[in-house]
Amino acid sequence: MLRPVTDPDGAPFWEYAARGELRVQGCVECGELRFPPRPCCPHCQSFEAEWRLVSGGGRVWSYVVPHPPLLPDYAELAPYNVVVVELDEAPRIRLVGNLVAEPGAAIDSMPAERLRIGARVRVVLGDGLPAWVLERA
Amino acid sequence: MAGLKDATAIVGIGQTPFAKHLPEDERTLACRAVLAALDDAGIAPGEVDALASYTMEETDEVELAKACGFGDLTFFSKVGFGGGGSCATVAHLAAAITAGQASVGVAWRSRKRGSGPRPWTNTTVQLPTPAQWTRPYGLLRPVDEIAMLTRRYMHEYGATRDHLFNVALACRNRANQNPAAIMYDRPLTREMYMTSRWVSEPLCLFDNCLETDGALACVVVSAERARDCRREPVYVHSAAQSLPAQHHGMVNYWNDDPLTGPAWSAARHLWKHSDLAPEDVDVAQIYDAFTPLVLLSLEGYGFCGRGEGGAFTEGGALETGGLLPVNTGGGGLSEAYVHGFNLINEGVKQLRGTSTAQVPGASTCLVTAGEGVPTSALLLRN
Repeated sequence: MLRPVTDPDGAPFWEYAARGELRVQGCVECGELRFPPRPCCPHCQSFEAEWRLVSGGGRVWSYVVPHPPLLPDYAELAPYNVVVVELDEAPRIRLVGNLVAEPGAAIDSMPAERLRIGARVRVVLGDGLPAWVLERA
Repeated sequence: MAGLKDATAIVGIGQTPFAKHLPEDERTLACRAVLAALDDAGIAPGEVDALASYTMEETDEVELAKACGFGDLTFFSKVGFGGGGSCATVAHLAAAITAGQASVGVAWRSRKRGSGPRPWTNTTVQLPTPAQWTRPYGLLRPVDEIAMLTRRYMHEYGATRDHLFNVALACRNRANQNPAAIMYDRPLTREMYMTSRWVSEPLCLFDNCLETDGALACVVVSAERARDCRREPVYVHSAAQSLPAQHHGMVNYWNDDPLTGPAWSAARHLWKHSDLAPEDVDVAQIYDAFTPLVLLSLEGYGFCGRGEGGAFTEGGALETGGLLPVNTGGGGLSEAYVHGFNLINEGVKQLRGTSTAQVPGASTCLVTAGEGVPTSALLLRN
């Protein structure tokens, strides 16, 4: 499976994730959150950034179910799901991820028929790659 | 301000055969297409002084110029973002010629996607910023990225797979009329579409363009020079490029409004610098690497309202004789996927009256480049 190839702007996200924290880059000057991380704020052009802890709650904005041809490791698991999750704190921050049956489960562990746009989900940070599980009603 | 309006014209087009496998290499194919376009224009290779192509093009300017026997080049450019650059090649040549930087320009595209590796399998190449945020989760291919937008689009606006099928069918029907098209003799039915294999749900096999070997080229000169050429000029009436504010490429989910792609802002510039409006367009060649791009583009370029792209395709609107015949050579879905250059040449054929699916009396044609990436567009007229 592919691991994130980070860049200097993105590295803190992955370092926090490995420690079990979901954090998003925000501007110190104007307070706006931004994603993906980048050197300066598109709203006020400030270079002063901080990493804000978010609740890890969100909603499924969209999803796909890839089928082969895929890279070999992914082809073995296909069909699996990929979701885009809109964060509760910042609806414009949308993270790509996988909806899994339970923390630590594989990306093909959630039956496709259970996927639904708008479903409430919460983040699980196991191996540093954020995944998402359905929030219990 | 004079601007580009009708200041230049396309006077020659050329292409190689299209196939899944062609024996010749990309450079040879490029030379064949370019020399065919110059021959079509009646212009000697030694007169060429400007070149334009787009990224992911392996044949470079030096090799092409040397092989084909061009004169001294005074302008050359490569437009970024793959398929978004197709129309911009003509736009760059038009701008250079209008500004006096060159007099005879050639734009070209040569690819061996049919027999070469798929670009997305090369994971050692560091992709632009989005890769670290998407690839580990298995969002690997362009089709996965566009399928994500498509699912949301269907959810928000009620578009259906039948609407996507309408796009695929219109392209296939036109390809069935075009002997040069890869899908010339292969009709498509709704049953074939609905029962085909998934590639990335909600997109199936027939929502995807063809993997193709082939090359194309066109020749651009000033309107004044065009009057002396072998062919009737096809004027570049308006041209646009667009990289909208806060755009994020194929994974536009980080934009405030991911469903308004670069087509919207390209269209604003295109129409602003034009004497025409969407209702004046006789025929359109709309970039169709994936069927949903056509729906998004119909909205972006103003042929219908936001969210109405699906409904617009109903009742044969995209077919010959419909509201807006599209991709009359078969497009990327059914003629050849050569990063959209075939759409430019097909636009020229329509305005010359030589298309294999000719729209009677066509005098205006919109051509667009890749939607979902920084894009470009041309409004051609005769």
